[in-house]
Amino acid sequence: MSQAAADTQTKKQILNWINKNGILLALILLFVALSVLNQYFLTATNLTNVARQVSINGILAVGMTFVILTAGIDLSIGSIAAICGAVAASLVVGDTAMSPMVAILAGVGVGATLGLINGGLVGYAFLPPFVVTLGMLSVARGTTLIFTDGMPISRLSDEFKFLGQGDVYGLPIPTLIFMAVVIVSWFALKHTVYGRWVYAVGGNPRSARTSGVPVRGVITSVYVIMGALCGLAGLILTARTTAALPQAGVAYELDAIAAVVIGGTSLAGGVGGIGATVIGVLIIGLINNGLDLMGVSSYYQQIIKGSIIVLAVLLDRSRRSHH
Amino acid sequence: MGSLTPLLEAQHVARAFHGVPAVRDGNIRIESGSIHALCGGNGAGKSTLINMLTGILQPDAGQILRNGEPVRYTSPRHALSDGISLISQELTTIFDMTVAENIFLGRELRRGRIGVNHKQQNEEAEALLKRLGFPISPTQTMATLSLAEMQLVEIAKAIGRDMQVLIMDEPTSALGEAEAERLFTAVEALRDHDVGIVYVSHRLSDLFRICDSYTVMRDGTFIEAGAMEEIDRHRLVTLIVGEELDEQKRPEPLPSQEPLLSVRGFGRADAFGEISLDLHRGEVLGIYGLMGSGRSEFVSALYGLDKADQGQLLVEGRELTINGPADALAAGLAFATEDRKVTGLVLTSSVGHNISITSLSDLASLGFIDQGKERHLIDQATARFGIKAASSAIDVAHLSGGNQQKVVLARCMATQPKVLICDEPTRGIDEGAKRQIYAFFQEFVAQGCAVLMVSSEIHEVIENCHRIIVFNQGQIADVLSSETVAQTSLVHLAS
Repeated sequence: MSQAAADTQTKKQILNWINKNGILLALILLFVALSVLNQYFLTATNLTNVARQVSINGILAVGMTFVILTAGIDLSIGSIAAICGAVAASLVVGDTAMSPMVAILAGVGVGATLGLINGGLVGYAFLPPFVVTLGMLSVARGTTLIFTDGMPISRLSDEFKFLGQGDVYGLPIPTLIFMAVVIVSWFALKHTVYGRWVYAVGGNPRSARTSGVPVRGVITSVYVIMGALCGLAGLILTARTTAALPQAGVAYELDAIAAVVIGGTSLAGGVGGIGATVIGVLIIGLINNGLDLMGVSSYYQQIIKGSIIVLAVLLDRSRRSHH
Repeated sequence: MGSLTPLLEAQHVARAFHGVPAVRDGNIRIESGSIHALCGGNGAGKSTLINMLTGILQPDAGQILRNGEPVRYTSPRHALSDGISLISQELTTIFDMTVAENIFLGRELRRGRIGVNHKQQNEEAEALLKRLGFPISPTQTMATLSLAEMQLVEIAKAIGRDMQVLIMDEPTSALGEAEAERLFTAVEALRDHDVGIVYVSHRLSDLFRICDSYTVMRDGTFIEAGAMEEIDRHRLVTLIVGEELDEQKRPEPLPSQEPLLSVRGFGRADAFGEISLDLHRGEVLGIYGLMGSGRSEFVSALYGLDKADQGQLLVEGRELTINGPADALAAGLAFATEDRKVTGLVLTSSVGHNISITSLSDLASLGFIDQGKERHLIDQATARFGIKAASSAIDVAHLSGGNQQKVVLARCMATQPKVLICDEPTRGIDEGAKRQIYAFFQEFVAQGCAVLMVSSEIHEVIENCHRIIVFNQGQIADVLSSETVAQTSLVHLAS
C-alpha cells in the first residue's frame, strides 16, 4: 500500500514537471526529432541560418509579449516594420547615403511614433486594441506604398546591409540584436518597477490603479516599445533583403502572436514572459526550418503551423484547468 | 423536520486536490421543509462539499443519497434535472439581457420550434418576482440593476425552476439589511412549500434569523449537527473556530481630538452631496449605510479613484489636491476596496508581488527593484498578518478569502499610511480572520493613525468603531457614538 502510494507520488511529481515545462520539452523533442530525421539539420550552416531566420520574428515577438501581457494585441506590426524599413532605406541609398546610425535612429523613431499613436488611442481614448491596430495596419501599409511609390528602394550602402548580413565571431548580426533585445526585455520585466506594472495592469487594471500604478501610461508604453522594436525588425529585414519592399512584413503579426501564445503567455494578460516567448519563437523557427529541409511546400507549411498554434493553446487550456 | 429519509444526504464523503484533502469526512442531511445552516471557517471544506452535492465535483470516497437512494451526479446539469439547484457566490448574470431572459436562461419558453416566447416569459417572470416580493421589472436590462438587485434575480432564477433542494452560498454578502430581509421572506416561503434549503453564510445573525438546524465543518471534517434553538452564538463560534475566542470589546474612548483627516463639503452629483467629517488620531470611524447610499462612492472619491465635483480634503491640516490614487498614497492614505477579487488583487500575480506593488518605488533605485529589500518587506508583512500560504511566490488566487483580505491589508500597510480606508473589510471571510483584522485595526490606530471603515454589518461597526456615521441617500443621516448606539436605531436611520 505505502509502496503504491509512493509510486503514485513520484508519478504525480513527474506529471507536474511535464505540466510546468511542457513547452520546453516540446522544443527539445522537436530538436531531437529533426536531428534524427534530417542529416543536414544538425550542421553549423543550418543552425546559423535558423538563428538568423528567427531573429526578426523573435524581436517582434518580444515586443508582442509586452503588449499581450497587458491583455492587448498589435496587428499593425508588419506594416509598421515596412514603413520603418522604407524610411531607413531612403536615407542610405546610393551616393548620398548617410551613416547607418542615422537610418537606425530614423527607423526606430518612426516605429516608436506610430506605436505612440496606437498606445495613446488604446490607453487614453479607451479604444479596443484590436480595432486601433487593425486601422494602423491599413494606414501604415498605405503610407508605405505612397512613400515608396509602390517600388522597391534598393542600392543600399554596404554598411547598412551589414546589419542584416554581417557576422561577428560567426554569429549573425540579427541574432546578436535579437539576443540583446531578449536580455534587456527579460531584465525589464523581471527586475524593474516598470515590469511589475506591466504584469499588474494586465492581470487586473482596476487593482493596479488602486495600487497607484499609472495604468494608462503603462498601456501606452507597451505599444511604443512594440513600435520601436518593429523599427528594429524592419531595418534588419530591409538590410537582409538588400531592399525596402513595399509589401515587406505582410502577415508578420501572425508568427509573432503565435510565438507568444505557443510560449504560454496568456491572451487575457498578466501571465507569461520573455523566456516563454523565446521558446515559442524557436519552436516556430524549427518548424519552418524542418519543413523547408524536408521539402514540404510552403502552402502545407501554413496549414501545419496554424494547426500547431491552436493545438498549443488547447493543451495549455486543459493544463491550466487541472490546477 | 421529521420526515424519515432526507431529501439529500452526504455520508462520509471525501475529496482531495493534488493529494491535498479539501474534505476528509463530510456529512450533511437536508430535510424537506427545513433551512439548514452549513457553517465553517474559510478552508473548512464547505464549498467543496456543496460542489459534490451539486455535481460540480465527484467525491473520491463516501456516498450521496437522494431520497435514500445512492446517486452520482456527473455535472451541475445532471443535479439540476434531479431537483437540486445552487446559487453560488459568484453571479452568473448576463448583463445585456433582460431580467426575464436571465431568469429563463437555458430553459427558454418556446414559440414554435426555435422562437422564444418573450411575452409569456415576461409575464411569468413578473408573476414570480411579485410572488417573491422583489421590486424588479422583468423587462429591465440586467446592466441597469444594482448588485443587490442582480442577486435577487439570481435567486428568482433558481426558485423559478422546479426544485426540491436549494443551496445558497453567501446569498446576502452583497445585500443591505432591508434587501436581506426581503430575501429571508422568500426563503421562508420556499421552506413552507417543503423545499429543503442549505444556507451558507459567515453572517451569524442571518443563520440565527432563519435557519432551524445546522452542520459545522472544520478542516474538511464534520464536527457537529443539531437544531438551531439548542445552540447559542458563542458556542457556534467556538465550534467553527475550534478554540475559545475572547469576547469582543467595545473600543476604548478616544484619547485625543486631533483631526488627522478632514473632509469639507465633499460632493459628487448623483452619488453623494456636501459631506463634511473629521477623522481623529487613534480613531476607527465607521460608515454604515445600505448599498446605493453613496458610502462606497464617497470613499472611492476620497482616495481619488473617482473625481469629486466639489469640496476640500485636508490631511494633518494641509489641503490636498488628489487627482488619482498615486496622490492619495503619497499623502498617506491607503484604500482596501470593497471587492478584493474585482478591484483589490491582481489574481494572476503572486502573494508577494501583490504585497509590494504599491511600495515598489521605495524598494527600487533607478527603477531596478532591490530583491533583498522586497523579500524583507514581504516576509515581514506575511508574518505580521499571519498570511497562510505555502510560499509568497504562489498566485494569490490560490488563497482563501480571509488570507486574500490580509494580503490586501498588507499591501495597504506597505506604504506606511496614516489613514486606512476600508470598504467592507471582512466581507465573506471567516470569524477567526475577522477577529485578526479587528485586532489589527486597534493596533494600527494605537500608533496615532486612523481607520475609516465602511461596513454593512451592524455588529462589526458597533464593536469596532468609536463613532458611526450613517449614510442615507448620499447624505450623512446621523453621527452616533458607539457607546450609546443601538442596533435598531442604525437600521432605522439607514433605511
